[in-house]
Amino acid sequence: MKPYIAFLLGCVLMGSSCSRKSESVAPLKPTAYGTAIVESSGGKQFAQTGSPLPQPVVVQVNDAQGTAVPGALVEFTSASEVAFDPASALTDSSGQVTTNVSLGGMAGRYQITVSTFDKSHKKVELKLEEIALGYQQTLGRRLNEQYCDRCHNPESTAERVSNYDNLEVKPHSFTEGDTLNKLSDADLTAIITNGGPALQKSALMPAWGNTLSKSDIQALIAYIRAVSDPPSKNAGPLYAAK
Amino acid sequence: MKEKLTSLWRKLFGDSARAFGVVSVVFLASMAIAPAKNLFSEWRHYQHGYLSMIRNRSEANTLQRHFQGGIQQIWLPELGVVDRCTSCHVGLKEPSLTDVAMQPYRKHPAIPHNLDQFGCTTCHRGQGAATTVAEAHNSTLAWEQPILPAKYIESSCGECHRGELRGTPQLNQGRTLLAREGCLHCHTVKLADGNPMKATDDPHSLSHIADKTTREWIFAWLKDPQAYATTSTMPNFKLSDDDARDISAFLIANSTPLAGDTAQLSAKASADPAAGASLYGESFCASCHAVQNAAGNMVGGDVGPELTRVGKKVKPEWLQAWLRNPRTYDPETAMPHYRFNDGQVTTLSGFLLGKSDSDYLANVHLDAATPEQIAHGKRLVSDYGCASCHEIAGIKKPENFAPELSRIGSKPVTQLIFLPGMQHTLPDYIAGKIKNPRAFSPGLKMPQYTFTSAQIDALTTALLSLNERSYSLPSSLAVAGHAETNYQPAGKAGKLMTDLACFSCHRINGHGGDMAPDLTWEGSSVQRDWLVQFFKNPGTLRPALIRRMPRFNLTDAEVNELTDYIMTVYQSSAVDRDSMPLSGYSQGQVELGKQLFSGKYSCQGCHIVDTKRDKGYIGPTLTHVGSRLTGAWVYQWMKNPQSLRPGTMEPNRAMSDEDARALTAFLMSQKGGEESPAPAKAATHRAHTGEVAKR
Repeated sequence: MKPYIAFLLGCVLMGSSCSRKSESVAPLKPTAYGTAIVESSGGKQFAQTGSPLPQPVVVQVNDAQGTAVPGALVEFTSASEVAFDPASALTDSSGQVTTNVSLGGMAGRYQITVSTFDKSHKKVELKLEEIALGYQQTLGRRLNEQYCDRCHNPESTAERVSNYDNLEVKPHSFTEGDTLNKLSDADLTAIITNGGPALQKSALMPAWGNTLSKSDIQALIAYIRAVSDPPSKNAGPLYAAK
Repeated sequence: MKEKLTSLWRKLFGDSARAFGVVSVVFLASMAIAPAKNLFSEWRHYQHGYLSMIRNRSEANTLQRHFQGGIQQIWLPELGVVDRCTSCHVGLKEPSLTDVAMQPYRKHPAIPHNLDQFGCTTCHRGQGAATTVAEAHNSTLAWEQPILPAKYIESSCGECHRGELRGTPQLNQGRTLLAREGCLHCHTVKLADGNPMKATDDPHSLSHIADKTTREWIFAWLKDPQAYATTSTMPNFKLSDDDARDISAFLIANSTPLAGDTAQLSAKASADPAAGASLYGESFCASCHAVQNAAGNMVGGDVGPELTRVGKKVKPEWLQAWLRNPRTYDPETAMPHYRFNDGQVTTLSGFLLGKSDSDYLANVHLDAATPEQIAHGKRLVSDYGCASCHEIAGIKKPENFAPELSRIGSKPVTQLIFLPGMQHTLPDYIAGKIKNPRAFSPGLKMPQYTFTSAQIDALTTALLSLNERSYSLPSSLAVAGHAETNYQPAGKAGKLMTDLACFSCHRINGHGGDMAPDLTWEGSSVQRDWLVQFFKNPGTLRPALIRRMPRFNLTDAEVNELTDYIMTVYQSSAVDRDSMPLSGYSQGQVELGKQLFSGKYSCQGCHIVDTKRDKGYIGPTLTHVGSRLTGAWVYQWMKNPQSLRPGTMEPNRAMSDEDARALTAFLMSQKGGEESPAPAKAATHRAHTGEVAKR
């Protein structure tokens, strides 16, 4: 009798240890289908490599009439290193899905593909881009906040009032790719080092060559190239889902 | 079966020639294993991949010329580095390969260090001598240290760089949090230079807590500190109702009254919210204290506690005593002694007591404490190490209450206990422990903090930098930081400066806060008359700031004491006050300076001299600068602003002596003759923003 009990006990133990391993999440079942995905917020953010984006990415699923669809299944995919929390979810009552995104370890742009299915099981996609800043760009971003942002960024925040509106000649925002991508690195270096007049531009842009080191200026240019929109040629590679 | 085996044996080893042949074949095959392994090795595969990748590029010839086949190695005996990573990561030093998305071929991103001097594993960890991906990147039976995830990479900078580093915001933040969020009160961290890391926060003493608040508030606070104030840094100890009841009973019973606090109310708290709000604004309380507004946003600074529900916390008589002189209750407080008169104390206390929340404490009902409850509360206070952070009369501050965290960045994984489903790596362990300490064992004492995931990453980064290498580093590689000095001004003025808590905002000789300008050379910078007037009625220097110098209601004698001290002691040898006069510059010089101001140097982008024309408001308004600053300071500032205030935003324009002299003449002629109000736009911005004055 005793070995019989021991055998049973063994079976139960083995069974329980197996069941713990085979824990799996039940796949989400959509209750509705939309025809389009639109971005609500969270595209084109910057974060340090490997770090979470400051704001979550929020997307909305709409039907053909443009009304929000609750209960549609949304999936996020990107390069293998990018982490989503959650990676897939059903849209909430306002038709939206919110996910937190951590970018990969390489500096550059990461393409995020957001997908859902319409009624005929055809895939509907939306592509977003997020920017991961490496060491040099992070240093540039810090210098930008210290020296440049007050005039070059028209947005005022509670902690930082912009000086943009007070300037007779308006400076370019660093995301203005259409303008800044036309300037070569040498031109950008000249204008930062020697001020606006170096390129026959306004003297309101002072010369920073005696304040910032050469490597500081390189870092600033790396930052400007990384955040420009449309992307600059030097923005680094684009990482996408394989 | 047996016959088959016998016939096979005969076939292979039937006679000596056969046997010799078979053995030779086996021997040759075994000899071929090593070369074959080498031929099919991973690094060879990656090098082939590299060669076929560069073939399609325009600069293929250059890349081909730079390429060296075979195993590559960086050997740095003094750092213990034997890195063969470059065998697969072939293009690390090729400037043209920045646009390559395919790894392992991309150029290493620009960093201030040379790969040949530091190797790879110094920063990235992993097993440098390995030549397969799995062994180099992951932990194996023989190697514990896997590649460091990219989000913690700044921890490696912290091995050598002991101070703040501009390019490592996450490491800086982690170190700040470690010192500010209470970690160091329980955990000791010995730095590589032998000194312990010092906490920068100073939790209140609880020895007189009954003067300040009620038992009900303490109970609710202990249960959930963030329910009272979302910005509270007090962690949640997840106490049961009974435990919170007993601790609150003990703290109240243990509290002794202070003479100043129990005084009767001088007058009933005034209920004039408009007057209170305006005094709160004028005194710049919001520079340090935050209040959550109706929209849910925090408005104000984080030096002092949040005041959203302060009316539910403090007793009216304590609040009035505190406003009258906070140093009676807490001699070490960062709050200045404002010297409010009785009317102001009643107005302000009435305003603050009105900051309330009717729901808070509505459900807290405590019966009178029994001696057993008080005794149990005392035991709990000792058990949870409350005295590690707070001074509590009758309870000794425990030594080494929690494990020491020096060298935590090299803790062997075999000594750690992981949660099920958790990755078995040190960074995951540290981050997991900070995120939810009690999950590791319900009996653990470490409380629950409310860190964001970015803060947890930052803390983990700072802790990982405390690794074996950072302690055993050759001293030539260590980069010391700027340690906070213990500077204290002397004499009567020094006492006055402590009383006014000048160092909560200002920095002098390497000691103090960074909210307001560094005053180390203030005596060289300003004119005496201006300083006297400024103490009596601090005006606006930078229109865009709302965190400004408050009025402390000083007496004339106090103003003179402070002014004399500042004018005598805080002098820079680089500025000779007599070298440039305060006035009497020639009209020609002034005129030339004016042209330089608005033309060549375009100072109006950031400064205002003519309120009708100029609009820039990043820098101080200069309409009165001739009666504020000394000529010698202005001249030296024109020549090199960073030599006077390192890190100041004003660019160094490398001016010629002539230009600097002319601009000094022009600026010193700006005596503010006509009264000129700040531009309306700046004023409206000021109303709804909160700018931190950085130097």
